[in-house]
Amino acid sequence: MELNTGIPSGPIQQRWDKHRADLKLVNPANKRKFTVIVVGTGLAGASSAATLAELGYNVHAFTYHDSARRAHSIAAQGGINAAKNYQNDGDSVWRLFYDTVKGGDFRARESNVYRLAQVSVNIIDQCVAQGVPFAREYGGYLSNRSFGGAQVSRTFYAKGQTGQQLLLGAYQALMRQVGLGKVKLHNKQEMMDLIVVDGRARGIVTRDMVTGAVRSHMADAVILATGGYGNVFYLSTNAKACNVTATYRAHKRGALFANPCYTQIHPTCIPQSGDYQSKLTLMSESLRNDGRIWVPKNKGDQRSPDQIPESDRDYYLERKYPSFGNLSPRDIASRAAKEVCDEGRGVGPGGLGVYLDFSDSIRRLGEKAIADRYGNLFEMYERITGENPYKVPMRIYPAVHYTMGGLWVDYNLMSNVPGLFVLGEANFSDHGANRLGASALMQGLADGYFVIPYTIGGYFAQGGLAGVSSDSSEAQAAVKEAEQKISTLLSIGGKRSPTSFHRELGKIMWDKCGMARNEAGLKEALTRIPELREEFWQNLVVPGSGAELNQSLELGLRVADFLEFAELMCYDALQRNESCGGHFREEYQTEDGEAKRNDDDYCYVAAWEHTGVGKTPTLHKESLSFENVQLATRSYK
Amino acid sequence: MNLRLHIWRQAGPNDTGMLKTYDVANVSEHMSFLEMLDVLNEDLIAKGEIPVAFDHDCREGICGTCGMVINGRPHGPVARTTACQLHMRTFKDGDEIYIEPWRAKAFPVLRDLVVDRGSFDRIIQTGGFVSVNTGNAQDGNAIPISKPDADRAMDAAACIGCGACVAACPNSSAMLFTAAKVGHLASLPQGQAERSSRAMNMVLQMDAEGFGSCTNHYECEAACPKGISAEFIAQMNRDFISTTFGGKA
Repeated sequence: MELNTGIPSGPIQQRWDKHRADLKLVNPANKRKFTVIVVGTGLAGASSAATLAELGYNVHAFTYHDSARRAHSIAAQGGINAAKNYQNDGDSVWRLFYDTVKGGDFRARESNVYRLAQVSVNIIDQCVAQGVPFAREYGGYLSNRSFGGAQVSRTFYAKGQTGQQLLLGAYQALMRQVGLGKVKLHNKQEMMDLIVVDGRARGIVTRDMVTGAVRSHMADAVILATGGYGNVFYLSTNAKACNVTATYRAHKRGALFANPCYTQIHPTCIPQSGDYQSKLTLMSESLRNDGRIWVPKNKGDQRSPDQIPESDRDYYLERKYPSFGNLSPRDIASRAAKEVCDEGRGVGPGGLGVYLDFSDSIRRLGEKAIADRYGNLFEMYERITGENPYKVPMRIYPAVHYTMGGLWVDYNLMSNVPGLFVLGEANFSDHGANRLGASALMQGLADGYFVIPYTIGGYFAQGGLAGVSSDSSEAQAAVKEAEQKISTLLSIGGKRSPTSFHRELGKIMWDKCGMARNEAGLKEALTRIPELREEFWQNLVVPGSGAELNQSLELGLRVADFLEFAELMCYDALQRNESCGGHFREEYQTEDGEAKRNDDDYCYVAAWEHTGVGKTPTLHKESLSFENVQLATRSYK
Repeated sequence: MNLRLHIWRQAGPNDTGMLKTYDVANVSEHMSFLEMLDVLNEDLIAKGEIPVAFDHDCREGICGTCGMVINGRPHGPVARTTACQLHMRTFKDGDEIYIEPWRAKAFPVLRDLVVDRGSFDRIIQTGGFVSVNTGNAQDGNAIPISKPDADRAMDAAACIGCGACVAACPNSSAMLFTAAKVGHLASLPQGQAERSSRAMNMVLQMDAEGFGSCTNHYECEAACPKGISAEFIAQMNRDFISTTFGGKA
């Protein structure tokens, strides 16, 4: 299969402008004749649905939540990057581009990243105009802070609730269009399948989560903005409902899945407290600006932290990475935490934790200054752990947080299935093997506000879209298949709940395809996952019926897809015989334990084609060329 | 610890519903309240019973999806804490806990503890936004906003749309929810152009949805997990009244 990226030619600085000039336009009077389905109402989904409706397209937006304001974008705490250079500290579009390519460990597509950096400045302006209450200085100007992995202050924030405020901005823009009748919002509808007619994405199948009704919706293009698949690990910082179903179903219908093994482990999460744990809670890594990370120097030091003198503490990030210290990128900080815990120097129950200590900053700046910056985060920590972080150092441990992989898309954010566009975390394109802090919000909104409104017009203007209806055989077959799957799940009548399978799968994935991977472990996972999947289809129990609000059924359907998707992740991790970004293969490391990339053999995007459940997927490679940023070993020392 | 739970069970919107009693054993104090319900549900599934439906998602206190009345208080006994962030160390061995859905005409029960809060969306739809299309914006720093104004806007904008204010109000009023959005945008220069029509339209929609009126009980403020101040209600009333008399807010 030929992967046509559609990257424009010419100097990278001019590519997006040139491309926009080259894209054909849709006549304003004709836009309403095109129907667009947008699945997901997070940052990427809500921003694209609102903007496309403003342009005049006929938009149908779908969410499995009861309201379009609840997607997990809302939980992003720290901030959003933009190359505004308001701080006069040397930032520029080029530097944001450079940092993102380097931070992604040279596994992202240069042209996409450059465009992301370019439109980042428009995002801030747009959000301010919407009334997003970004933090301000006393003079009334926008405030910035530096954020994990950056040496300039380019991160805009709204207290510790930046994701919430950006999402509410997009949600409000969307609701305005709903009120104007230009967007039809479908709440509590979960996508079950993609409908492909004549090789093009022409609709989706949904299940109404209140009545259980399964039906098809047809359109001229389908946009998936359905987030990431971190919940394949069961325990992650994702919201409970986050799942892979929409993108995985599209994958089964022909869309290539790119780099599924690139998962980001966030270094600052609250450690697990017991077997009943349902999710992990992230503490914004902005905390690393003022908190110092340390563990005891000696194994098995059981003293309480205030009894451990400076001489017996190991501030290991400051020691190993003097120039970035506590602000080292996420993958590096996470792995370093795992290393010290593996050495037996971890703190807290089970030794799975490291200290994040604010006492120096409190001494230097005062408790009030720290409370101003992080008050709500400190409160949240205390609520969960019962410990006061102003007095006792926080305990943190890495947890799965973000997935860089996703459906393969070209420069227009269109998958290899014509008419299927993929935005935000659901696509693979901008973060390479590792995402920098405060870049997820940026990418979601860049895709939704400033990229898709142009590129989808180019697709429609090419013409060739025939009429399509729910009566088509493809639509009817897809609906039938979904109904069949639901009734099968309900009729197994076994002993184990969907959650118990999900937990077991998550454990396999965390142990074998988590923070560190190796060939033997991945091969073991590739035997155990199909076994677990087989048991699932024989021993699952889903109480209740399909024609009602049934949360066990919703979960069962999602877990069924995770059980197939997990295998794909392991195949991807296994073929990538190198360590890069969020993918660390134990066989490929330097003498001092740093990731060892292999640019000669693996400087490509791994795009997988589905060949059938339980069958080895086919690998297609999009080779990456770095014309503007020199391939180099990432060093944060 | 061992607990006795009395949980509202209602099979669907048209079912009458009733409280049912369940015993849960060996609850850890480190569990969240929802994790305790997860354990109950796993137990019910194992026994061949229908698990309790409840809304939840982020479990970090920010998405606003979860919501249940715990011992008569929306989100339970701890101030400024959503049900998902409530931890079992708040309770003690032998406690009896009553768990009910939000009760309000404008929030019909869909099943057990799950209610339909679509009315909130329809309120926002009538004016809870700045009418700016993508691409029209000037530079973000072209509109200086004093820190107190920006902070005040943020305090109001922190609303998570959970509906606890409605559940807490003896009149099932949505004044705090509506006022939070009106107050957020009224605190900012960007929100001034539509300030009057926004207050008017949102209040009218609130009434149309069947929410009650405000009689200054301030139960909403006490129940709000984000601590949104009832002062915003006063501000909305002022904007609404001045608009009603033909003036500008």
